[in-house]
Amino acid sequence: MTRKRRRLYVLIAALASLGVASALVLVAFQDNLVFFYSPSDLQTKSLPADQRIRIGGLVEAESVMREGLTTRFRVTDTAHSIAVSYTGLLPDLFREGQGVVANGKLGPGGVFIADEILAKHDENYMPPEVADAIKRTGQWKPEGSR
Amino acid sequence: MSGLPRAALAATSSAMHRFANPTVALRLADRLMPWSAFLCAGLFMVGLYYALIASPIDYQQRDTVRIMYVHVPAAWMALGVYAMMATASAVGLVWRHPLADLSAKAAAPIGAGFTLICLVTGALWGQPTWGTWWVWDARLTSVLILFFLYLGYMALWQAYDDPGRAARAAAILALVGVVNLPVIKFSVDWWNTLHQPASVFTLQGPKIDPSMLKPLMLMAGAYLAFFVTVLIYRLKAEILARRASVLRRARAES
Repeated sequence: MTRKRRRLYVLIAALASLGVASALVLVAFQDNLVFFYSPSDLQTKSLPADQRIRIGGLVEAESVMREGLTTRFRVTDTAHSIAVSYTGLLPDLFREGQGVVANGKLGPGGVFIADEILAKHDENYMPPEVADAIKRTGQWKPEGSR
Repeated sequence: MSGLPRAALAATSSAMHRFANPTVALRLADRLMPWSAFLCAGLFMVGLYYALIASPIDYQQRDTVRIMYVHVPAAWMALGVYAMMATASAVGLVWRHPLADLSAKAAAPIGAGFTLICLVTGALWGQPTWGTWWVWDARLTSVLILFFLYLGYMALWQAYDDPGRAARAAAILALVGVVNLPVIKFSVDWWNTLHQPASVFTLQGPKIDPSMLKPLMLMAGAYLAFFVTVLIYRLKAEILARRASVLRRARAES
């Protein structure tokens, strides 16, 4: 075995073990790497009360109610949903069917008290005419159903 | 190993060795440079025209979508330049070609620049779209780590007086950082992130309307030509600087 070849094999072995090690670390920290929990996660995971968390999902259709600056709505992942209450200004993209991430605490009565609402943008880009045309043909798929 | 792969390996190896000769590389660089510079200028003019003027607004982002034409190619180049830098570092470590080390060294600041453009334009897009400049989600954080990897790589080159040792230390850092590349690419699929999943390179095909894909691809070509042009320019400077230091040392010893 020449020295070059040996260096090549050592390099490949080192990179392979590094890859495996990082994969294990990432899997181990899976729970800390998610930016938000879905309403279904809240059902299955037992999260300590009074802990600040983020929940994410779609704003459920016909669930938005505004009273002054306070907005009440439900966030759904189509399997489960949770009631959210938020006081403050909403991002421009906020509307029913839109992906959102809410930051706050789970309050009494299972209502999530949010103090920050972020709009999530999906991966689709199109001009307004195209969006209208798709809606006209009934092919429009709301986010989350993909 | 059978005959054919061995012959192919020998052919690529001999080609690699020929271009690893700095004189040949300098000559090739001189011939390539005007073309890539011309291509870069042309693609930027056409690409920016389509990106900023002759393309439609998005149905929900309105004009904010135009940031995408600057942001997305910068992100691609940030990853691509790092992959190129790591490949050159591996070649430098295994085959000890100084030209491979110098190519990686020359590419690093350009890649860091692309990463910075990606981070800054991403923040400018995030504020109107998401409602925040920055969040610590997996995609944004891993790209920030990429930026620090570039900076660390450049700093390591400066940390040693002996260029051979500097090259080896920097190359090892570059190769360790490679694990970050798949994390960046797949972070949006593996974990819940605020950042949206991929729009162009997906298994189902692009999720961008063709009228918006065209300016994006033109801009990506412009970025690539820009990288090639600046890389050649910087590589030439690195080769000449290395020669000058060898000459200085020879004179001091005589």
